[in-house]
Amino acid sequence: MNELPLLSALVAVPLIGAVVVASIRRERADVARWTALGFSGLVAVIAALVAIGFDYAEGAPWLQFTESYAWVEAWDLNLSWGVDGIALLMVLLTVGLTPIAMLAAWRDLDAVKRSVPAFFALILALEAAMLATFLASNVLLFYFFFEAMLVPMYFLIGSYGTGPKKQYAAVKFFLYSLLGGLFMLVAVISLWVNNGGVFDWQTLVDTEPMAAGTLQNWLFLGFFIAFAIKAPFFPFHTWLPDAGGAAPAAVAALLVGVMDKIGTFAILRYCLPLFPDATQTFAPWIIGMSVIGVVYAAFVAIGQTDLKRLVAYTSIAHFGFIGLGIFAFTQASATGAVLYMFNHGLATGLLFIVVGFLAIRRGSAQIADYGGAAKTLPVLAGIFLFAGLASLSLPGTAPFISEFLVLFGAFTGNEPVAVVATLGIILAAAYVIWMYQRTMQGDRNPALDKVPAMKRDLTVREKALVAPLVIAILGFGLFPQPLIDAVEPAVDNTLLFISGSPEDLPAAEGVTNE
Amino acid sequence: MNEAQQAGLQIDWAGLAPMIIVFVAAFLGLLVEAAVPKGRRLVVQVSLAVLALAAAFAAVVLNAGKNSAAFEIEGVGIGSVVLDGPGLFLQGTLAMLAIIAVLLLAERRTTRGGDFVAEAAVVADSAADKAQRREDGATEIFPLTLFAVGGMMMFVTAGDLLTMFVALEMLSLPLYLLCGLAKRRRLISQEAALKYFLLGAFASAFYVYGMAMLYGFAGTVDLAGINQAGTDSGQPRMFLYIGVAMIAVAMLFKAAAVPFHMWTPDVYTGAPTPVTALMAACVKVAAFGGLLRVFNVGLASSAWDWHLILTVIAVATMLGGAIFAVTQRNIKRLLAYSSIANAGYLLIGVIALGEAVGQTMFYLAAYGFTVIAAFAVVSLVRDGDEEATHLARWAGLGKKSPGTAVVVTVLMLALAGLPFTSGFTAKFSLFTAALQADELGLVIVGVISSAILAFPYLKVVVLLWLNEPAPDAPTVNLPSPMAGTVVAAGVAATIILGVAPGFLLDIVDQASTFLNT
Repeated sequence: MNELPLLSALVAVPLIGAVVVASIRRERADVARWTALGFSGLVAVIAALVAIGFDYAEGAPWLQFTESYAWVEAWDLNLSWGVDGIALLMVLLTVGLTPIAMLAAWRDLDAVKRSVPAFFALILALEAAMLATFLASNVLLFYFFFEAMLVPMYFLIGSYGTGPKKQYAAVKFFLYSLLGGLFMLVAVISLWVNNGGVFDWQTLVDTEPMAAGTLQNWLFLGFFIAFAIKAPFFPFHTWLPDAGGAAPAAVAALLVGVMDKIGTFAILRYCLPLFPDATQTFAPWIIGMSVIGVVYAAFVAIGQTDLKRLVAYTSIAHFGFIGLGIFAFTQASATGAVLYMFNHGLATGLLFIVVGFLAIRRGSAQIADYGGAAKTLPVLAGIFLFAGLASLSLPGTAPFISEFLVLFGAFTGNEPVAVVATLGIILAAAYVIWMYQRTMQGDRNPALDKVPAMKRDLTVREKALVAPLVIAILGFGLFPQPLIDAVEPAVDNTLLFISGSPEDLPAAEGVTNE
Repeated sequence: MNEAQQAGLQIDWAGLAPMIIVFVAAFLGLLVEAAVPKGRRLVVQVSLAVLALAAAFAAVVLNAGKNSAAFEIEGVGIGSVVLDGPGLFLQGTLAMLAIIAVLLLAERRTTRGGDFVAEAAVVADSAADKAQRREDGATEIFPLTLFAVGGMMMFVTAGDLLTMFVALEMLSLPLYLLCGLAKRRRLISQEAALKYFLLGAFASAFYVYGMAMLYGFAGTVDLAGINQAGTDSGQPRMFLYIGVAMIAVAMLFKAAAVPFHMWTPDVYTGAPTPVTALMAACVKVAAFGGLLRVFNVGLASSAWDWHLILTVIAVATMLGGAIFAVTQRNIKRLLAYSSIANAGYLLIGVIALGEAVGQTMFYLAAYGFTVIAAFAVVSLVRDGDEEATHLARWAGLGKKSPGTAVVVTVLMLALAGLPFTSGFTAKFSLFTAALQADELGLVIVGVISSAILAFPYLKVVVLLWLNEPAPDAPTVNLPSPMAGTVVAAGVAATIILGVAPGFLLDIVDQASTFLNT
């Protein structure tokens, strides 16, 4: 189908970039910044080529741009890449948010004596690992990057984070994810042992799924717990507020905006097609957890005193919606869930970045340290409100479409659940508006006048980096059809496993370089 | 000789060559001590040891593919030394690891005159002791090491319990002595040596008693014969139970499994770090090589009798090692408990029997290289003349010595079993084999233990990178050519076996069948 190994390049380019940037001397911070930005821009261009070349038609091959290179034959571990509509959206989100996050953190390190090249190298390494998880079409290869990704993120939180609890947050994040990953490892090995030594995703999907029953249920749980921790779903969420609160805002945007989506992406990519019966067995429980998560996290978010932790909790509520959308098993809700993953990345990414702008100016993310800040920072306040409204899914912004689809789809399947989940929208309005009101409106906090930076509205760099996000949120809010078109074939293919006729799957095709 | 030939005894000299080379070099080393002037002994001893081990490795490679007994009468093998896939693979692994360990023993840049004293028995802190600390260290450590390594090579190829016992003693005695030779902290070092010796002697007694029991049961000390007797023998089965238990106690002691692990933290801490590295890597290979052979060749037929108790020990070892590792504040003790936990994972491979022999050997090789490099780094981080083993002293090492900190981070992530390191490939292949042998429960415990164990490793990484260094932070002794080579080799092996393990997986796959199973 194509000659250029674009997907390999998507993983290799940021990885090479990470090595190059890491080797730049510490004193030459600007060189490191621009080099890193250049590499992430190059990655974005490659991703754009993939998006242009992608076949969006119904009935097109499920995985496209497939490549495969032998690695460890004894384990059927190959460097196999492939992209479907869902992965394509996630890839675009990743390559879009990464340079924006880099720009957002452009000068953040000036105040602290930390190595700038190492910071940007870690972000590039993180980008490579995240892209690899979206693109991998081999279960073990996916696992490799799923775990390896923890290392750069761990250092980004622990070494470059803020607040007294950053080490605690980094270690908690790492151990929590590692534990989930190890359960998945047992399931991965067990899958391999029980299917005659196959790790290739396409082969696994093309063959008859394993018999329903105990084994499939355990394997499903092994995978699901790892993904539920990653996502994170209630009640596996406790690491996220700590990690999101301690990470630098730009890193938090990547953490919540992209990395957490790997959990929900992987549920769609691995749990549903590989363990369809177990998925259905556990679906009511997971829907229950999701709905509890929507309401519970919203309430907890209302009570937060720290902006970054608050945004982290709002995300947990949103992941509840995504879980609801996936496990309601209707085309509308699942499509909505995938769009939600994408749109949430945009909206929450923007929200985290704006909170970062505030925190770096004020030197604190505590809500109590603000109050009436909009008077001196009108543009920033406007963007802050916009990001908040987008995150509560105001009609006209992109997240509205996805939340509507999820609830619409869920309503056709399970009315009471949809009704309870709708409560989440009201609560979302409460925490967003109240957050905005306490920080930006009302009586001006006199302490703010003593902070000169609080009088400096958005700089050109800051405006330039939020502009694409604002445009995307508005654009996809008004014209969501391209996203839906990209996602629907892949969603349909995935749901075929649940509705029980996977033989209608389109045939695989692509180049294979053994 | 003539009588032997008349009796039709054929000896496979080429097959015995690796051991012969090592032992001859060890004796030559003793002669060197007498004949070569003091100033040149170090160079001569190190070159002799390295060349001998390299030659032994080459001889092992030339023997590859053999599957026979080294001694045969009338074409029928007698068990004493068996040259089969696992034996040869482990001999090769031992030779490789020993070369690296010898280089570490030879490091003189970190402490003037090396990390060793000449006489272990001098009363600690007496005038004579203080005097000998100012002198150059003993070069007898190299022949001692060669004797120990020769014993290990014999241990992994021993086909009957008696040969195995001789090998066990041969590998143990030099190690007891080596443990007591540390130049710093003499008292702890002597305590370590004494403790290791007394408990080791106790374990040996267990071994001999168990051997007698098994002889009573089977009428032979030959492993294959014991296996045969497991199904045929008319003797009371109680002899078998006691014999297996006693032999297992002795070997599990060497392997540092819970509850026979008590010596490990103290000895690992008290022994000179290069000797600790030798023990953590090579003794582990030898001990598990022996365990694999005894249980696969000698006791497979009675698997039902020992399966449960060995499972309990494996679980206790995995969890105990990991949990105790969490609270350690000394890097050597931490690595000691981590080595106990790793013994637990390796026991899974022993319990899984034939399915997991190759994977267990792969794990041994992968772990050996990583742990040698880890101890080599420990020997480089120093407060003045002494190693800074207290973890608090390592805080902020990433700021002052980023290179060393990166190395430690890689090693810690490998020990934690993260992908792209040998730690992952080793665990993955071992757990896969165990699942194929239906040992799901052990694998789950192994995974939980790995998760617990990740915490102390991560604590080290946190200290290195996220904490501020103390004003009088330890220095990293670089360049130290010998120890530097060791670290480089260990890290290279850790990464190569993590990224491209295919070649070694193929080798262990071909070398995974014992003779007579």
